[in-house]
Amino acid sequence: MAFEGLAQRLQGTLQKIKGKGKISEADVKEMMREVRFALIEADVNLKVVKEFVKTVSERAVGQDVMKSLTPGQQVVKIVKDELTNLMGGEQNPIQFARKSPTVIMMVGLQGAGKTTTTGKLATVLRKRHNKKPLLVAADIYRPAAIQQLETIGKQLTLPVFSLGTDVSPVEIVRQALEEAGKEHHDVVIIDTAGRLHVDEKLMQELKDIQTLSKPDEVFLVVDAMTGQDAVNVAKSFDELLGITGVVLTKLDGDTRGGAALSIRSVTQKPIKFVGMGEKMDALEPFHPERMASRILGMGDVMSLIEKAQENVDEEKAKELEQKFRTQTFTLDDFLDQLQQVKKMGPLDEILKMMPGFNKIKGLENAQVDESQMGRVEAVIRSMTIAERTTPEIINANRKKRIAKGSGTSIQEVNRLLKQFEEMKKMVKQMTNMQQKGKKKMKMPGFDSFFR
Amino acid sequence: MSFFKKLKEKITGTNETVTEKFKDGLTKTRDSFTSKVNDLVARFREVDEDFFEELEELLLQADVGVETVMELVDQLRWEVKRKNIKNTDGIQSVISEKLVEIYKAGEELDANLNMQDDLTVILMVGVNGVGKTTTIGKLAARLKEEGKTVMLAAGDTFRAGAIDQLVVWGERVGVEVIRQSEGSDPAAVMYDAIRAAKNRKVDVLICDTAGRLQNKVNLMNELEKVHRVIGKEIEGAPHEVLLALDATTGQNALIQAQTFKEATNVTGIVLTKLDGTAKGGIVLAIRNKLNIPVKFVGLGEGMDDLQPFDPEKYVYGLFAEGLEEEAWE
Repeated sequence: MAFEGLAQRLQGTLQKIKGKGKISEADVKEMMREVRFALIEADVNLKVVKEFVKTVSERAVGQDVMKSLTPGQQVVKIVKDELTNLMGGEQNPIQFARKSPTVIMMVGLQGAGKTTTTGKLATVLRKRHNKKPLLVAADIYRPAAIQQLETIGKQLTLPVFSLGTDVSPVEIVRQALEEAGKEHHDVVIIDTAGRLHVDEKLMQELKDIQTLSKPDEVFLVVDAMTGQDAVNVAKSFDELLGITGVVLTKLDGDTRGGAALSIRSVTQKPIKFVGMGEKMDALEPFHPERMASRILGMGDVMSLIEKAQENVDEEKAKELEQKFRTQTFTLDDFLDQLQQVKKMGPLDEILKMMPGFNKIKGLENAQVDESQMGRVEAVIRSMTIAERTTPEIINANRKKRIAKGSGTSIQEVNRLLKQFEEMKKMVKQMTNMQQKGKKKMKMPGFDSFFR
Repeated sequence: MSFFKKLKEKITGTNETVTEKFKDGLTKTRDSFTSKVNDLVARFREVDEDFFEELEELLLQADVGVETVMELVDQLRWEVKRKNIKNTDGIQSVISEKLVEIYKAGEELDANLNMQDDLTVILMVGVNGVGKTTTIGKLAARLKEEGKTVMLAAGDTFRAGAIDQLVVWGERVGVEVIRQSEGSDPAAVMYDAIRAAKNRKVDVLICDTAGRLQNKVNLMNELEKVHRVIGKEIEGAPHEVLLALDATTGQNALIQAQTFKEATNVTGIVLTKLDGTAKGGIVLAIRNKLNIPVKFVGLGEGMDDLQPFDPEKYVYGLFAEGLEEEAWE
């Protein structure tokens, strides 16, 4: 999960001053030292960190915090605001050409994920913008790079333009543009070879491709795990080509992703997309304000809601709510619910988006065991309809049969039944809670999914 | 005798071209890093708190990481006090000595590959896009040059074009590649490959795997399975598990090393893409904390651009200018 450590570290720092009614200049200084290290550990470039810390401490030492009755909250707000600022204010959509085709050039270091991102971007353009993209295989250097793009094209049923490895990339692009005109493609995405920013010859080749194709967008593809060097890379590519945007890849890893902050503040170019997985639909718009919230451990609530809306069947949800209320919740519903949750993506990812989750002791590094979910599913599926609606009838004999049918053990069946009972109790608690107000909430039934 | 002179002696005894290659690959790294160190030394005549603070920042910018930098700088402070060093002349040698020392902390580890008398199995692992397949190609070329017969196993059945990529490398180097179709079970590919390697009596089998982010539990489980299958076929195999690490990667590399070590008992690191401007300073922390040595470095895309890692040469590469200056004395 991106930025997780940063959130933890900042929280630790803020915890220290939380009890204080007022904070001193020394407090601010100590806090900023922690912020500084946290950001460096998150791979934010040192120079960017310094700038950031300077701005934040100026504001913190200034009136806003000193006079505030809640200095802790005030500092969090300042840090969050600044982080959001640094990562670029509002969201930026793709710039389309007035006259077709729109040309998009993908550039970056080796292994950043240009080819995969090319496929993902084409998917977005077709799905959300109703475009008819042509993919251009201009990486003639890396073995099988062309095959890679062709395979992706086949998966997506999108045309890929290639001329093998014996024609120069510039010539490939020239002919691809002709082809695009003939076949009425309104977007052309050029997948260039990965190259080092210090490789003058290959950088010149990029310049030549740019001069010829006059791209509307030049996307720098950067690995989210990049360290301090991110600024050098971004600067070199930007100075030569004048990049128009950044795609941050592999953000579904557990890197803190400080490179996002560095690149943005060095190039002043927007981060347009983030890569969140290996599947072709795993490209999402970049949301600086959400990212900043996530950095501060406030949870990425917006993303969670969006994810839920995308995947949860509304009618089913209503039905379920009704069942919760009337307490006619069955094991079938439990199974249904499991599947809804599963559709939303990896559970640990979702849990980490929940605000305050990283504060729960012992769960900071919780790994969700998804195979456990599969076993629960198997157990429920091995029950008869009667057993699912009235689990009370499940006796020793039935348990034996269920365990055998699902390839699990009687203990596992028992555990599930117990969990289900607890869950029902919790639901009762929750419905009561809505009237009575706060009560300590536990999450029984979900314990077994954590290791 | 100064540290640099000792180093020079040690190095001149070895293959010059290798050293040159190392130097070339590290030129960019060295240019920025050494010139900064020189600059630092020139600007500060006294070794004081400001000097240490600047040094700290220099190392942080090389991705060495907060903890290791603090440790190093604290040790330097102590060293400076002990030796009563007042000005910055000669501080460079103390710095590089400490860097090597930090790298070597813990038990002495063999940087050579653990070669067997009969079949040696090498498993290549790592996150996406770090250069596993390229490294395998280069490693195969290297071993073949040494007179070994080599076979490759196309275990990345997931990424589009990955098998073709390895096949091209196989043709380039002139070694056989055992493959199945895209999407097949990687463990099955390994099983096949080991059978084939035994039948053909090759010396080394290098197994490619799909790149995976270390926080994907299912994929890490799959990798564990691949590791297990290999071990079932040949006792003690894989004899080497090499983790490919991109030198551009920041602090996440430490987590990568830790997680992959837990899953597959990593025996060594290949630090790739060191021919850029990135320094890969995190390997100091990885060696120090996890006891995993760097075995090779990737210095380019050519077949012979894989070189054994030697911490002294690595540091020499970082401080080469200083070395040449001192050699004049």
